[in-house]
Amino acid sequence: MAGKRKKKRPPRRKKGERPPPPAKKLPTTQKKGEKAPEDEERTVEVGPGQEPEPVIVLDEPAVEAGEADAGEEDEKEEDDGRLSKGMFRSRKLLRRPFSRMATRRAIDPEFWNDAEEALIAADTGVECAVEIVERARGRILREGIRDIDGLKGAFRTEVAEMLRSFGDLPEPSDSKPRVLFIVGVNGVGKTTTAAKIGYLMKNRGEKVLFAAADTFRAAGIEQMEMWADRLGIPVVRHKTGGDPAAVVFDAVESAGARGIDVLLVDTAGRLHTKKNLMEELGKMWRVADRNVPGTPEAILVIDATTGQNGIIQARVFGEALDVGSIALTKMDGSARGGVVMAIGKEIGIPVAFIGMGEGMSDLRPFDPEEYAQALF
Amino acid sequence: MFEGLGDRLQGVFAKLRGKGKLSEKDIDAAMREIRLVLLEADVNFKVVKMFTDRIRTRASGEEVTKSVTPAQQVVKIVFDEMTDILGGSSKALNFAAHPPSVLMLVGLQGSGKTTAAAKLAVMLRRKGREPMLVAADVYRPAAVEQLQILGAQIDIPVAYFKHKSASKIVEKAVEEASRSGRDVVILDTAGRLHIDEEMMQELVDIKGSVSPCETLLVVDAMTGQDAVNVALAFREKLDFDGILITKMDGDARGGAALSMKTVTGKPIKLASVGEKMDDLEEFHPDRVASRILGMGDIVSLVEKAEQTITEERARKLEEKLRKHKFDFNDFLEQMQQIKQMGGLEKVMEMVPGMGSISRAQGMGMDERHLGRIEAIIQSMTPEERENAQILNASRRKRIARGSGTSTQDVNQLVKQFTQMQKMMKQLTGKGGMGMLKKLFPF
Repeated sequence: MAGKRKKKRPPRRKKGERPPPPAKKLPTTQKKGEKAPEDEERTVEVGPGQEPEPVIVLDEPAVEAGEADAGEEDEKEEDDGRLSKGMFRSRKLLRRPFSRMATRRAIDPEFWNDAEEALIAADTGVECAVEIVERARGRILREGIRDIDGLKGAFRTEVAEMLRSFGDLPEPSDSKPRVLFIVGVNGVGKTTTAAKIGYLMKNRGEKVLFAAADTFRAAGIEQMEMWADRLGIPVVRHKTGGDPAAVVFDAVESAGARGIDVLLVDTAGRLHTKKNLMEELGKMWRVADRNVPGTPEAILVIDATTGQNGIIQARVFGEALDVGSIALTKMDGSARGGVVMAIGKEIGIPVAFIGMGEGMSDLRPFDPEEYAQALF
Repeated sequence: MFEGLGDRLQGVFAKLRGKGKLSEKDIDAAMREIRLVLLEADVNFKVVKMFTDRIRTRASGEEVTKSVTPAQQVVKIVFDEMTDILGGSSKALNFAAHPPSVLMLVGLQGSGKTTAAAKLAVMLRRKGREPMLVAADVYRPAAVEQLQILGAQIDIPVAYFKHKSASKIVEKAVEEASRSGRDVVILDTAGRLHIDEEMMQELVDIKGSVSPCETLLVVDAMTGQDAVNVALAFREKLDFDGILITKMDGDARGGAALSMKTVTGKPIKLASVGEKMDDLEEFHPDRVASRILGMGDIVSLVEKAEQTITEERARKLEEKLRKHKFDFNDFLEQMQQIKQMGGLEKVMEMVPGMGSISRAQGMGMDERHLGRIEAIIQSMTPEERENAQILNASRRKRIARGSGTSTQDVNQLVKQFTQMQKMMKQLTGKGGMGMLKKLFPF
């Protein structure tokens, strides 16, 4: 969908099937293969008293010493692009392990703990945090990294690598029109995301049509219409309270008649725990599937503030329709959206878009490197 | 909400239960697991640390080591501490001495402010107040329309004035409320990011212009670790009074709820627990803790029952039970009452021990199954409903046809029903069924 990656997406990787980390692992209390959270033996702390920890003395003087005592206070951030700007606040926390270490001028067990905590605070979940730290540590010891930039680099590399391992983005379906469902729980920004994707595609020269299939929320249709007006994109709508599958049907017909390239279906927000609402989604999907050549696509919208519940959301939505990718929204706040890593690891859905604000142009293709860069 | 968390915690306790004595090692292992469980439930990592440290200290103390049932003691400690981090006792909303009382809802985009505002209005009306809603979101497309439509649905006036400045709108609305004799004004403000200085200033301005007696931060129950950052930023700028948690009907494990009080010092006052307009409840930390730990929540259940079951009906039923005249009519009525109380699943959750059992067995308490039972009973003649004895094969066949079910379904129901009658005879025979009769008459 980002338009540049065209590779066929490999089958979703299941837990535990990922290729082993490139180097021999360091002695830790976390045994290989013990990934399930249920494991009682599992120890998250990599602390003293368990294994003799190598303490690495840095060879550089503490360059960022000024930052070190900044602690929770604001740091002056260099401006390196919009994503990092958006994740302005997030840096503080993820940088803390590094700045604390700078004062001590040595990598001690505390550093790995700090790093893990920082990742957990970014919502990556315990499992991902442990894995990233472990891999980064492997890299750091293996390559004899001794400076702070190098340490950050190691973490960035591991995060980006993990994000890439969730598979490539699905190839855009060659059906005409392409039907794209925008789905998610309440309040994650589905309508706004639908509008922004519409804007992106319109700018790429494609003919776009909206289907206002959020017939449930009060003024859900009106919100879509206002966006459509602003963007100059036509919209198919019914009355509030109508059958959303009927909206999809009409929109598909209309798209055919008007020679539309992309049909964006804005669905009502629904908690994945509401069975009947998930079935409704399945019905909408089937209506589209039956009436266009090729298969529809679905984008799951996840709000950056979402916690570990995002994993279940992705799983249940994925059962109702074929979720090919994720749009991560509200990345302009202080939330870091680390749950996309937990989702990817667990279910193998890659991130396609990242939303940075309320403006029309504040949505863009997701780049793992850029994200990793902004994280540390 | 909280189910996943409860199940996992109970798993940890189950391991302790088999032990007559708890060693330091047992407690350490349990704390490690609890830490992991809480982190996966999105409880803030600092809160987790504090929580497990406190439990560890208390669990190593005398009250546990000298106890005959150490595991029980640990559960009790966890319950105490959990109640504590959830806020101790429930806190009521503030109202102004001179009406109108202004209540302001603030929060991030998509946290559910507008719906919560409408639900709050319904709740306050139920308590005898006359609320008015104010649409103060001048940014999001169709936000005002959303509140107006909701207002029309619940029949509560919505004030809106076309103006660029939210604080001007709010001022006018409060004047309007005084004029029309409304005693509560609920402000639905625009969603905003806590790091957006300009937007946060707008809230400060609104607060300055109408001085609300209660400012509630609306927080999505599914929020992860960032929840506390958001709450802290709002507190710094706005010093809100309490928290309203939304989307508690999802299956989030409730980390945000568990972290809020400890980090911000502000109590959770209200919780939205369903899609319907009257699904806003007061938040009771002890009851929630009890539900998380699988101890049920009898108090809420009785309250709910009292809300739906009238005295008279209860008395009638009691008499019928005593005279062993409980029939299909009563059965049907009971089922409908359960529906009114929010469905079987919600009721089961509040019964001690039942929540985890029904989930573990994947019973799923299918509402449609209840619908089928209803249909079967409704296909019976009045005579049949009063006397199950006369249900012979041909009658059963007719009932199955009439209700669109199979004869087996009918047979099964009749069998269950007669068993139930027998059970009731035994229970009433011993006299004084106390609460059970009121709650589970069938």
